[in-house]
This record gives sequence, structure tokens and C-alpha cells, in this order.
Amino acid sequence: MSAPNTDVQAFIGQKYEAGFVTDIEQEHLPPGLSEDTVRFISGKKGEPEWLLEWRLKAFRRWQEMKEPEWAHVHYPKIDYQSISYWAAPKSKADGPQSLADVDPKLIETYNKLGIPLEEQKMLAGVAVDVVFDSVSVHTTFKEKLADAGVIFCSFSEAVREHPELVRRYLGTVVPQHDNYFAALNSAVFSDGSFVYIPKNTRSPMELSTYFRMNAMNTGQFERTLIVADAGSYVSYLEGCTAPQRDENQLHAAVVELVVLDDAEIKYSTVQNWYPGDEEGRGGIYNFVTKRGDCRGRNSKISWTQVETGSAITWKYPSCVLKGENSVGEFYSVALTHNRQQADTGTKMIHIGRNTRSTIVSKGISAGRGQNAYRGLVRIAKSAEGARNYTQCDSLLIGDQCGAHTFPYVEVKNSSAKLEHEASTSKISEDQLFYLRSRGIGQEDAVNLIVNGFCKQVFKELPMEFAVEAQKLLSVSLEGAVG
Amino acid sequence: MLTIENLQVEVDGKPILRGLNLELPAGQVHAIMGPNGSGKSTLAHVLAGKPGYTVTGGSVTFNGRDLLGLSPEERAGEGVFLAFQYPVEIPGVNNVYMLKAALNGIRKHRGLGEINAVEFLAMVKAKTASLGLKESLLNRPVNQGFSGGEKKRNEVFQMSVLEPTLAVLDETDSGLDIDALRIVAEGVNQLRDPKRSFLVVTHYQRLLDYIVPDVVHVLAQGQIIKSGTRELALELEARGYDWLLQAVA
Repeated sequence: MSAPNTDVQAFIGQKYEAGFVTDIEQEHLPPGLSEDTVRFISGKKGEPEWLLEWRLKAFRRWQEMKEPEWAHVHYPKIDYQSISYWAAPKSKADGPQSLADVDPKLIETYNKLGIPLEEQKMLAGVAVDVVFDSVSVHTTFKEKLADAGVIFCSFSEAVREHPELVRRYLGTVVPQHDNYFAALNSAVFSDGSFVYIPKNTRSPMELSTYFRMNAMNTGQFERTLIVADAGSYVSYLEGCTAPQRDENQLHAAVVELVVLDDAEIKYSTVQNWYPGDEEGRGGIYNFVTKRGDCRGRNSKISWTQVETGSAITWKYPSCVLKGENSVGEFYSVALTHNRQQADTGTKMIHIGRNTRSTIVSKGISAGRGQNAYRGLVRIAKSAEGARNYTQCDSLLIGDQCGAHTFPYVEVKNSSAKLEHEASTSKISEDQLFYLRSRGIGQEDAVNLIVNGFCKQVFKELPMEFAVEAQKLLSVSLEGAVG
Repeated sequence: MLTIENLQVEVDGKPILRGLNLELPAGQVHAIMGPNGSGKSTLAHVLAGKPGYTVTGGSVTFNGRDLLGLSPEERAGEGVFLAFQYPVEIPGVNNVYMLKAALNGIRKHRGLGEINAVEFLAMVKAKTASLGLKESLLNRPVNQGFSGGEKKRNEVFQMSVLEPTLAVLDETDSGLDIDALRIVAEGVNQLRDPKRSFLVVTHYQRLLDYIVPDVVHVLAQGQIIKSGTRELALELEARGYDWLLQAVA
């Protein structure tokens, strides 16, 4: 408690455990963005002509678009010409096929992050695709999944091996010109994960992608496409980290989910990009478009996210509920500490009859963090009998942070039923004293209260992830009180 | 066990305790009575280390240690427990989960390892049974949606799990009907032990029908103005406090 200030600062500086840099030989594209950049990326990946044309179309649309300014976040203008749009670890072949081809430095990096790439060391029942800067470096358990007919591979491989599937679904949920960042992604996306679950198949294991940004001044623009065919089910997890750097880095991803009749996708995210330091230097700009399309009858999409990282988060995982009786869910914990800013929430677009959606959002603000929930519930004229339940709670720690709520509701069918509950509370001195008087130390007491606040969301996460999320939250809150 | 000497405490610059002296030996139950605003709850809070009180003089020694120099969690580690007048709600946190964290915090303070989860569960189940409480209490969020009586019973339950050496009960009888009062008092009586002391703060002598004290102290204007036996409480009930206050003045 009486440690000199510098010690305290060093302690805070250390707490982002994933903040190390991997010293590895990389191939870089110099900063700058033009049609040539798009052609370079496409060429590098040996893409077919149709995909290059698709990218170029997106690029042309992007050039005509304006960066959105409506979000409740503040940052200096991004110079898109100062970013490098391609960085990849040098490798012998065009993407390693077996683990023996993966640079040992990469394997060590992922071991350090707690993601061993050797299958026997993996969590039982989870297959992982690891994306390092612009490329996917390895996917585990591919054979086992293939036996079940499940396709799980890097996006680049999907373009090569399953072009018909990619072509059929790419951009059908998030069109190229959907928004500024989605258009940018469509033009320059480098890699990501592709999943296809065939009809009436339950994926034999949970699928997971781990994103790592390493190179300096580089943006990461990955693209994820998951298709759940009729009667299928998959649980997919996503994790992210980046080194600690003084410059801001851009991460503009697009995730598209397609769910057909009676199928379900459960999509969980634990986002821990580098958040910047206590003065707001550095950190990731996480500007992400995630949307799922419930195309089939009785289809279901469930988004669960725990957002503790990034300097700025701009993210609204959404569900378009087209199929009759389809269900959309959004469970979110977003934490902002120090100078972090988050503007996050969801959109539930009800189009089909008897569609249902649930939104549970938990925002935690500490330090000078600013946390906004922004949600849209739209009931179309066709959505007879639609229902939505929204619960939106904010927890404030200290008196210099902020919580903001922007709920939008549009109802065009009078049979719809919508409920909205919202609360804002502070961790009270009385709660803290009560727990401390029982023998629980101050930081543990704060963690206990915060975990209780987030419980509704954590119970939606797969078990291993829930434990991880709790730990992450307590690390992110270190020094928030006292 | 507990020695309070000339304790002086202010809140927002206003003196509340003005030289309070008290000696509580091991195994005894002492009651603190007194009119509204005499400083009873302040005494209970200061013993547990609640922020917002400024100690301007005097000392509190607990088993040879300076209690006032310790944080609230350290005091719990040393064996102090406060049963709150208004127990706080902690949404989403299971009672049993909180108690395990508390017990492990206390054990850590004493240089012991964490308690085995199976043993812990068996222990808390045995305690709920001996206090006549439902096991469902264990998995409910701390005090959330509890009735007044349930909250007070939960305080006694926590006390029985944490096994303090000094239990301070701050107006545990307030807001309880006679049946609830009896249940809570029985719980406290079960915990009476030659090594455990109780400081029972109360407005009414009614509670002392059930928890029979060794000594009754009258706290007024920030000082103990009279100490006596169980009969003193009965006399106070019959005559009020005025005669005592006048005698002091």
C-alpha cells in the first residue's frame, strides 16, 4: 500500500500479460492503401479472379464512404495510408500444412499465451485455428473434424478448397458496402477462419480461432464465415491478444454467420486486445462488424462476448431473424478501465413470424473508462408475434468513469411484445465493507461483486472460457479501487 | 480479550464517542444499551473498522494487538465478526461462495492453506442443519430478496461458519418479530463458548430475555455511564434512561 508510486506504475504496466512481441522474420507490405495493395494481397494468396473483383468493388465503394462519427468514442483521425495491410511470418511453403512446418518461435508464442498447438496438449474437445497478423498459421484436429464432415480451416484455404461454398455465402450477411469498416475489410482482408457444418451434424468438438497481432503499424483485417446447414450445431470460440505498443493499431474484422433450418450457432468471444496504458497511450482500435443471419425456420444464433481489451471497441454483434420461430441472443460483458472507450451492443432485426430475441448487456466502467450500450430492436411488419427482452445494466467503479445507454426501438407490428429493463449502480462502500468485514481483501471483494454482476453472462460461456473470463476481469480491474 | 481505553471517535468533525472504557473478558456476553444517538452503532462499526470514522484518541486492544491499526479484513482474520444491523445485498454472489472466500481470507491471514471444497460444503451443510436453516439459503445471492428475519438469520449463520472469537451484534433484534427474535437468539446461544466473547448492542431489553448477558453497560453521550448485571436492563426498561442521565449530569 505504501509502495512508491513508480512501483505501483510498474505493477500496472505489467498486468497485460499478453503484451510481449515475438521476434520473428516477417514479410511486410510497406504502409499505404491503393488498388495495388488490394491486388497484392489477392495475388499473394493466389485468389481466383472473382474474389479479386469482389475486393476491388469493395475498395471502390470504401473510397466513396465516410468514417462513421456517431459512436460515443473519441480518437484522432486514422491515417489509412500509414497502415501496413500485410504482415506474415516468413515460411518455406505457402502456409504450413503440418505442425513441423510451423516456425518454433510461433509455437513458443502460442505456448506463452496458453494455446499449445500440439494436439495432445490441447484442451480436450477444442479445435483451434491460429491467426498471426495477416495469416492463419495452423489449424488443429482437422482430420478428426473431417471425419464428421465438418470443414474448419483458414479462410485462404477455404477459397482454394471450397470455392463454391465461399462464393455462395461470402458477403451475403454483411454486404461489402455495409459500413465503412466492413467495406475496408472486404477490400483488404487477409485471412480468418471458415467453418461449414453439414446437414444434421453436431460438431464433435468446439471450434476456436485465436487471433494474435504482432507486427508494428499493421492492421489486422480478418474475415470469419460460419455456415450451419439444416439441423446442425456448432459452438465457436474466439480469443484475441496483441503486444503492448505505444501506437494505436487498427483491427477491423468481419464475421458472418449463416444458420439454416433448425440449426444453431453459439459464438463466444473473449476479447483481450492490448487496451493501452493508464494514460491512454497505445492500444487496439477494435472496429468490428459481426452479424448472423437466421435464414431457416427454428434457427438460432447466440452471441456471448466478454470485452476487456482494446483502447476503443466499436462492435455490435447482431441477428437478422428471418426464419419463422428463429431465436437471437446477445449476452455481453464490456469492461473499460483507465482511458478505454467502448461503444457496443447489438441489433435484433425481427422479420419472420414468432421470432424471439434476448439481450443481456453488462457494462463495467472503472478509472476514466467510458462505456456505452447501443442497441437496436426492429420489428418488421411481417414479424407477427415477435418478442424481445432487453436487460441493460451498468456498474460504475469510482467517480471519473461513465456509463451511457442508447436503446433504439422500432416496431411496425402491433402484435409484438418488447420488454426493456435498465439499471445503473455503483459498487457501494457498504458492499465493500460488508465483504471486507468477513475477511475478504479489498481487490477480492471488488472481483466478487463484479463477478456477481456478470453472472448472467458468464453462465452462457463454455466452462473453460468462463473461468478464463473471470480471471481476465480480475486482472483488468487491478488497481481500480483504493 | 478486548480492552477499550478512553476511545474517542469523530464523524465529520463531530465527536460521537468521548472517552469510552470497556473490558470484555473471554467467554462473556456484554450488552450495550443506551438512548438513540448515544454512539452504540458507532462503537460496533469502529470495532469492525468501517471507513468514515476518525479515531482521535484512546486505544482498542484485542488479544494483545492494536485493533485500530488493522484493516477490516485483517480484523476478521484476527477473529472479529460484526453482525450488521442492515445486512447488505450483493447481487449474483452466492452465499456459500462468499463464505468460502471469507473463510479462505481468514485462513490465509492465519497462515493456513485453502479449505478443501468437499470439507467446506459438509461443514456449511452441518451448520445450516444445526441452526434449523434451509439448505437453499446456501445458493441464494447474499441477502438479495431476503426478508428482514432471513437477513438476520443469515448473519448468525455466517457467524457460525466463520467462528469468530469476538462477535459484535449491532441491533440484531431490530425489525424482528418475536418468533424471528427467538430463532436468532437461539442461534447465538448455540455459539456461546468459553473462548468466544459477545458484544450485544441493543435498544430493548427484550433481546436479553433470550441472550442473557453477563454484564450490561449503559452508553450515553459517548461514554459508558453505568455498568451492572442483567437486572440493570430490566430497571432501564421500567424507568427509562432519564434518571441515569440526570444522575450523571
